[in-house]
Amino acid sequence: MQERNSNSADFFAKVEMVPGAKKMDPILVADKISRSFGGLTAVDVDHLEVQRGAITALIGPNGAGKTTFFNLLTGYDKPNKGEWSLNGKKLNDMPSFRVARLGMVRTFQLTKALYRLTVIQNMALAAKDQKGESLLRSLFPFTWRKQEAEIRLRSEEILKKFKLIDKKDDFAAALSGGQRKLLELARALMVEPELIMLDEPMAGVNPALKQSLLEHIKDLRTQGKTVLFVEHDMDMVMEISDWVVVMAQGKIIAEGPPKSIINNQDVITAYLGAHHDTELDENSESMASKNSKGGVSQ
Amino acid sequence: MDFLFIIQQTLGATIGVNTIIFALAAIGLNMHFGYTGLLNFGQAGFLAVGAYSVAVSVMSFEIPLFIAFLIGILNSVLFALILGIPTLRLRADYLAIVTIAASEIIRKVARSATFNDLLGGSDGISGKFGKDFFDLNPFKSGLETSIIRFSGNDLWVVIVGWAIVAIITFLMWVMVNSPWGRVLKAIREDEDAVSSLGKNVYLYKMQSLIIGGVIGSIAGFIYALSRQSVQPDNYSTALTFFAYTVLILGGAARVFSPIIGAMIFWFLIVFIEQMLRQAVTAGYIPEWLIGVNQVGQIRFMLMGLGLMLLMIYRPQGIFGDKKELALDARA
Repeated sequence: MQERNSNSADFFAKVEMVPGAKKMDPILVADKISRSFGGLTAVDVDHLEVQRGAITALIGPNGAGKTTFFNLLTGYDKPNKGEWSLNGKKLNDMPSFRVARLGMVRTFQLTKALYRLTVIQNMALAAKDQKGESLLRSLFPFTWRKQEAEIRLRSEEILKKFKLIDKKDDFAAALSGGQRKLLELARALMVEPELIMLDEPMAGVNPALKQSLLEHIKDLRTQGKTVLFVEHDMDMVMEISDWVVVMAQGKIIAEGPPKSIINNQDVITAYLGAHHDTELDENSESMASKNSKGGVSQ
Repeated sequence: MDFLFIIQQTLGATIGVNTIIFALAAIGLNMHFGYTGLLNFGQAGFLAVGAYSVAVSVMSFEIPLFIAFLIGILNSVLFALILGIPTLRLRADYLAIVTIAASEIIRKVARSATFNDLLGGSDGISGKFGKDFFDLNPFKSGLETSIIRFSGNDLWVVIVGWAIVAIITFLMWVMVNSPWGRVLKAIREDEDAVSSLGKNVYLYKMQSLIIGGVIGSIAGFIYALSRQSVQPDNYSTALTFFAYTVLILGGAARVFSPIIGAMIFWFLIVFIEQMLRQAVTAGYIPEWLIGVNQVGQIRFMLMGLGLMLLMIYRPQGIFGDKKELALDARA
């Protein structure tokens, strides 16, 4: 694990710490993506590259456009303009299910466990290229039984790893919030993705499960998968990410390794305002809000 | 009171033609609503498409009946496509609005004066368009026992009808327990999650709409054949809501619930009606309270009351699982 970490740090040895920095081997490249809702520009990303085989965190204050950006990249929303590609394949106008089939699988901020399906059904559903999912073949169980048995086996293996195996025949609705997060991640793995996009994986997860979720995400890197995640929990960002991208007001304002990011003046300004460390009196308060706006949208 | 007559009527209705028609209509809805979560409020439209396709093909175009069935199925597929292409990408409630409108459009067009020559206006189409079917009947003498009674034609419709119900129910059972059915159930729970796993949600919803619609049109065939006539106002929205009642009585997303639901529905309607009628005639219920002419209305009131009680004390239906129903609250 330690070795792996240092390897992934190597990916970034020659990468500049500027927004939109070029990566050694990007799996995902986004260019000039903007999305506005009426007069509000929610996302206006000039350039972003995501390094293959590394864990990249996407952070930013509330309303920075992180989730909207996620939705755009995964086909759940359409940008007003912009281009983006996975492994060099353009994803513009591609419906979300095709994006997933290409190997980019996402999870959701509000967990989407399929409540009235059992845990094992949640898992088996996600397996790719199932013969029995065709309408015609569904009528002839002998054509898909064997594959279904293999899928069950693989589902159970993953569930064991995620310590959900005892729950396999329970409805997903019977799981706790944290377990649902685990299930959603486990389910995403059934699709065998290259790039996993996690939208706030730690939200609402208790500290004990948090640790296990962290290990699972680190484990993905060991398996050579790429992770891009949105998160507010800075401990998690510091602990597992190799590279951090900071968004504020729809733009990427900083990029760099986690340690450099916490000392970056732009980031601090975006989160806390320009004058967060000066004392407040009536005059400086109005100054601060003016300045912080200027500071972020530079 | 003539209890033997009441039993005879009630039993006849419980396994009779109407039960078969409503069971099939509800099986289609079970595919749409129970398994896929599609709120189709236009099931009557699918029955109308089936019924009119058969009647018009045979009566106006002299097409052989068994080819007319194929035309009916083709037309219902077409109807499903027309409904689904614009609406299935939208949220579920849009489908509800569009389907209820579409089924009413079909009924209004069918009863319009403009197409009087072809569709028969508000009188519909009557005639011997089912002749080819009834010619095959080996039980022309019908069934005559003390507790159940069917005419020759009815007996033939009932036998063939239940055979069709059995075959379709078996096929449904195989399908919903396959990975295909698993995708449908997952779509019912959360579309976005399913598409994030690489499944083409739109395609599956379309398949579900078509299959449930075709099953509805088969119910329409039986409706038309059993009466040897098609009347536009039989295919009003009330038919759709009765079919929903049947489905929910049995419990949505259970393969056998439409059958049991339809049986209970018709058992109750006919049993209550016959009991009231006999009681009024025999003088057990005074004339000033319920007259003979009011029985028809009163039975629906009592039926409604019965359904309310059922929904209060057994909201999951006969086959449903109360635990599962509670999960809907997204606990």
